[in-house]
Amino acid sequence: MMLARAADTLFWLSRYMERMDNIARLIEAAQSMAGVLSEVEEWRSALMAAGAVELYDAVQQDVTPEAAATFLGCGATNPSSILNCITQARINARAMRTMLTRDMWEAVNQGWLDARAIGAEEFAPARLLDTLDWARTLSTRFLGAYETTMLRNEIYWFTRLGTALERADNTARILDVKYHLLLPRDSSGIGGMLDYYQWTSVLRAVSAVRSYQWVYRQEVRPWNVAELLMLRPEMPRSLRSCYDTITQCLDELSKIHGGKRGECHRIAGAVAAKLRFARIEDIFQAGLHEQLTEHIGQTSVLGDHIANLYMR
Amino acid sequence: MRDFFDEMHGADGATRTAYDVVAGWLAETRPQTLEAKRQEAERLFRRIGITFAVYTEGGDTERLIPFDIIPRVIDAGEWATLERGLVQRVTALNRFLADCYGPREFVRAGKITDAHIDSHPAYCALMKGVSTPGGVYTHIAGIDLVRTGASDFYVLEDNCRTPSGVSYMLENRSVMTRLFPELLRRAGVAPISRYPQDLLHTLHSVAPADDEAPCAVVLTPGQFNSAYYEHSFLADEMGVELVEGIDLVVRDKKVFMRTTDGLRRVHVIYRRIDDDFLDPLAFRADSVLGVPGLMEAYREGNVALANAPGAGLADDKAIYALVPEMIRFFLGEEPLLHNVPTWDCANEGALAYVLDHLEELVVKETRGSGGYGMLIGPRSTKAARSAFAKKLRESPANYVAQPTLALSTCPTFIGRNTTARHVDLRPFVLYGAHGVRIVPGGLTRVALSQGSLVVNSSQGGGTKDTWVLSAPLNGSK
Repeated sequence: MMLARAADTLFWLSRYMERMDNIARLIEAAQSMAGVLSEVEEWRSALMAAGAVELYDAVQQDVTPEAAATFLGCGATNPSSILNCITQARINARAMRTMLTRDMWEAVNQGWLDARAIGAEEFAPARLLDTLDWARTLSTRFLGAYETTMLRNEIYWFTRLGTALERADNTARILDVKYHLLLPRDSSGIGGMLDYYQWTSVLRAVSAVRSYQWVYRQEVRPWNVAELLMLRPEMPRSLRSCYDTITQCLDELSKIHGGKRGECHRIAGAVAAKLRFARIEDIFQAGLHEQLTEHIGQTSVLGDHIANLYMR
Repeated sequence: MRDFFDEMHGADGATRTAYDVVAGWLAETRPQTLEAKRQEAERLFRRIGITFAVYTEGGDTERLIPFDIIPRVIDAGEWATLERGLVQRVTALNRFLADCYGPREFVRAGKITDAHIDSHPAYCALMKGVSTPGGVYTHIAGIDLVRTGASDFYVLEDNCRTPSGVSYMLENRSVMTRLFPELLRRAGVAPISRYPQDLLHTLHSVAPADDEAPCAVVLTPGQFNSAYYEHSFLADEMGVELVEGIDLVVRDKKVFMRTTDGLRRVHVIYRRIDDDFLDPLAFRADSVLGVPGLMEAYREGNVALANAPGAGLADDKAIYALVPEMIRFFLGEEPLLHNVPTWDCANEGALAYVLDHLEELVVKETRGSGGYGMLIGPRSTKAARSAFAKKLRESPANYVAQPTLALSTCPTFIGRNTTARHVDLRPFVLYGAHGVRIVPGGLTRVALSQGSLVVNSSQGGGTKDTWVLSAPLNGSK
């Protein structure tokens, strides 16, 4: 038993910490396309994946690498900027200080103290990579802190649920803004140099270039990229992995609450089962974009039902 | 002769016995070492995240209250006297409050008027005729004391509303224990760590009868409140939930909290929000901090509130002047703790005297707190005094005046030197249905600027650990 608001606050704490990590990866992936023909397109899709493209267009005329990186990192009107994520995470953490382990609190608090000294100049090309490293290290420290120090009680399962749900959403968004790159133009699946860069950039956005090589041991093919990020259980950022974790968290919560289950359990179970038994060729057949759009919608509805059952 | 009593050096400059261990330590420790320890203490506080928000400043609202590593020492005999005086005073204050909301015998005896009580902003009309659980109004009281001589302690003010600072008392001790464990052991310092358990015991003592074990919660206005750290600290130390208004709901005149497992009954609320915000149905309709229906549940006896609504009446500085009389009237005893002589400016003769003697008096708003809106005569400019005189003439009933007290000083580490700074003391008195509990000591606040008498943290004051020695001394200097 814990306060409904506490569950909500912890859930959002871990969502913001995870989001920060994903935004940092998106920026890094876009940045790695510097000098490539489609550079501006890369930044535009990074802004789209971050859900920030309209906010960006409201304050900037053109997409330039510097302006896009700054906006994603610390744009004043961007609620999902890296700096805003750590600020919101700290507000949530502070509200529930006593439920966090010391290691968790110190990770978030130190990150917030560091962030207060970070301004737009830290997202300029010369400092960008260092700043992104800082953000990713912070997020990793938070994950490590809670995995290694929290009791496996309700507090832990809500925290982990937030991480998994946010990650499922982010991976689907990254794929969705890039799906057109993955659509086969000919059956060989062997593209030109530009294709190769673009497919790789999808992998890079989820830090999966090495993982791809380990799993497939062949050159980058678009349907493999889609399969890796959607269906492979061993890939920790795949939709399948995220939903396996989501159902595990919800099952544990149900056990704690005397077997009580709700609509969120049904939706999570249905999505997880679909991902477990789906084949990538069927997904392409049905339409990659349509499948991803549906998935993003389901994840959002799932979030609402989790809140209905536990957080109000 | 010195102007002020120094608690380490006494009147004659010789080290007082209570300070033997501290004086020895200061003599043998180099300033560089003290400075290193001071920095370590600051790092610890920052890491714990114990901060204090100051309302009037923009920007960085989370600041550390400066902490001085030299402890303030009180010997066992002095403490025993203070403790008896505090029990007596808080008992009388609770009897007085019960009388104000009940039979008004104090009025009938001509000690105070009905109008004075009824017109007071802290008077809570809804409490009239309500018998509080256990007859308790001030479950937690902070009594501000100052010292002017070897055996002269004065009560400066009573804080019966929602006194804060106890988390600093406890954290100061835990930081000192970490930095100087050997020193505490040698000095024989009485422990204070049982405070949270005492507080929980006090809260449980007023819980309404129910089949379930009593469930107490701490009610906070939220994390942007200046004392939020303290709210969360106390909830954590007691092992109870820290709730906000939105977490509570009233059903069938009972209070419940919303949990991940549905609604759960709440029996005692240690509320750290003001009366006005407790219940939008009973008080301010625009309050979003409170719980609709809470006062009805309270009046039905289904939930206890600590402190009771309307307890702030006792904080009034004109009512303060009546406390010695309350002690005689309700307890039939002579006061053990002195009051500071107080001129109530509502009284014409007193006003004339105060206006004539502004240079030597401290003038305070009767309803003010936190060191805001006061005039310290001896340190004021002529212009400030004449501006203040104007305010006084306009609304004399809003002010009381007191002589400037020669607050005692304690050695304090400033820059790289140990110098004397003025201090006060706020012990925390827990008053439950089964008696009074006070952990030995309290929060010592220190005015860090040279000569300053204002110790409030909102005005640049700092804090010290307060050591009450557990063993009686053989004859003190």
